[in-house]
Amino acid sequence: MASTLLKIQDLVLHFSTMRGPVQAVDKVSFDLGHKQAVVILGESGCGKSSLAKAILRLLPRNVAEYKGSIVLDGIELMTLSDEEFRQNVRWVRISMVPQAAMNSLNPVLKVGDQVAEPMLVHHGVDKAAAMEQAKKMFEHVGVPVDFLHRYAFELSGGMRQRVAIAMALVTAPALIILDEPTSALDVLTQANIFNVLKRIKKELEISFILITHDIATSSELADRVAVMYAGQIVETGDAMDFFPAPLHPYSQKLMASVPRLHGNKELEFITGQPPSLLNPPTGCRFAPRCEKRFSRCDEEPPVFERDGRQVKCWLYA
Amino acid sequence: MTETAVDKRDAFLRINNLHVWFELRRFGFGVVGHVKAVDDVTFDLHRGEAIAIVGESGCGKSSLMKTILGLHKPVKGEVSFEGKRLSELDRKGLRWYRAHVGYVQQDPYGALPPFMTVQRILEEPLIVHGVKDRAEREARVRRVLEEVKMHPVDDFLGKFPHMLSGGQQQRVVIARAMILEPQIIVADEPVSMLDASVRVEILKLLRGLQEAHNLAVIYITHDLSTVRYFSERIFVMYAGKIVEKGRVDDLLNQPLHPYTRALLTGTSEPDARNALTYKEVPPGEPPSLVTPPPGCRYHPRCPHVIAGLCDVQAPPEFQREKDHLTACWLYKE
Repeated sequence: MASTLLKIQDLVLHFSTMRGPVQAVDKVSFDLGHKQAVVILGESGCGKSSLAKAILRLLPRNVAEYKGSIVLDGIELMTLSDEEFRQNVRWVRISMVPQAAMNSLNPVLKVGDQVAEPMLVHHGVDKAAAMEQAKKMFEHVGVPVDFLHRYAFELSGGMRQRVAIAMALVTAPALIILDEPTSALDVLTQANIFNVLKRIKKELEISFILITHDIATSSELADRVAVMYAGQIVETGDAMDFFPAPLHPYSQKLMASVPRLHGNKELEFITGQPPSLLNPPTGCRFAPRCEKRFSRCDEEPPVFERDGRQVKCWLYA
Repeated sequence: MTETAVDKRDAFLRINNLHVWFELRRFGFGVVGHVKAVDDVTFDLHRGEAIAIVGESGCGKSSLMKTILGLHKPVKGEVSFEGKRLSELDRKGLRWYRAHVGYVQQDPYGALPPFMTVQRILEEPLIVHGVKDRAEREARVRRVLEEVKMHPVDDFLGKFPHMLSGGQQQRVVIARAMILEPQIIVADEPVSMLDASVRVEILKLLRGLQEAHNLAVIYITHDLSTVRYFSERIFVMYAGKIVEKGRVDDLLNQPLHPYTRALLTGTSEPDARNALTYKEVPPGEPPSLVTPPPGCRYHPRCPHVIAGLCDVQAPPEFQREKDHLTACWLYKE
């Protein structure tokens, strides 16, 4: 594995609500190397978007608990003050392409100005230099340079998504978090966006955290995979090991639910619904829906090590 | 299409030479052009048959669907159901038609009125179609909820849509489409907003209903990988035209049209080796439907374009094998 860029350990993010604390991110640990991409796979409501927000410290007001350790390039981020974090980390070292990014562009600003803005804010360069940088980014993501002076509504969905990626790239961060970057796009546009991301990863020194529920397209970028269920990471491993043979019963079921173009495998689904994060089951959180559960599953499983992969399941004790 | 085993079931929905155009108006200038959303589409649907219409956004598949539902009027061509032309039906006739065609929307939450309970949502079509007996209505609501596997039924009758999960909302939408016991279900991307596992649940439910009631289903999607689990025939649409049609296995295993091939290569399967290579994607984007390119509409993006032919003359349909047709000059005899 490449040298470590990001190391997250026991990250916790709980929200307080009127009905009690919501354990959105519960003791999440994983690490990520330079020029690597990790996929956080999970279904809606599993806490994967909250994890992205926890890493970028984009927190709402009702945070009940926020602790753990996030080390980026040897620097502990959790001890930084909010102002230090804003000045030196957010959109400088780590940036993000938010969910439905194509609809989150400002409709009354030209897209070129929007891409140049982080340069003005964080690097204190003048407008001309910032626009020059924005132009370079447009070339990287494959948007014609004369689109700099267009408005978001004049671009197609795929082009807007590329602009959002350019905006995340412009300050040359070490890490970009992509939250469902292609879920609203057509097949060929999706393929195009992944080609752009692959090229960026190869040409620039950038790592990715890709957050998605779409297993098939996630394999386009993944070096490593972390599967998330009910606020916890249940399995991590290299993509080469994970995709052919996932270990955790939840990952296995998830994989069996992916429709394939060829072959005759029957699709499977997971009965029941994911647990509420208000009061998740004690013991293994997947146990109530698991076909392989046994008596030990009433206790919370620790993370077991198997052939360089980590899995949170008693089957691997 | 020629006589085949499929055609021996009677074709009860016929779409013939259908053109759906929308006028473009400029203030003071009147009509300045047309958006040719559906341009010369012809096919038959047989009793109990599931077909899929596949294409990207803006290819006209939703306009085609809405015309079949009787929501848009075609400028040319027609839709006929059991021998009756839609354009000749009066209000009463349209109501009769709509009772036979159920509609499953893409976004379940947007499709359900937020201020009505599940019971009320499902009763509404019965009231509109004149089921006056309250007890009968309730019995039918219960029956249809059982069918979409929302049990125990009593737990759901009084709930509002926001109290349900995405999968449950989609079940209510399906129940609403089923409650008048239609013969056709039109499903517009019914699973695209759902999680992987829920998606399979809903696809299996639809398939089960189709088999149990011998329903004809028009499944509209942009995702080729789900089609195989659901349909017998596929129609691939590009820029308002059907470019290829065939049985599911033929079309997925031996795609003919360059656009179908591009769609298949563009579709990902979960395989870690994907990350090592770039995907082959045709250059450019789908054309404007106001001024589509002359000749074959795919020719500006096509790697196999034949100069002087593809860019001049629109290709007719060529038959490659039985039931497998494509509108592409590469297959000219």
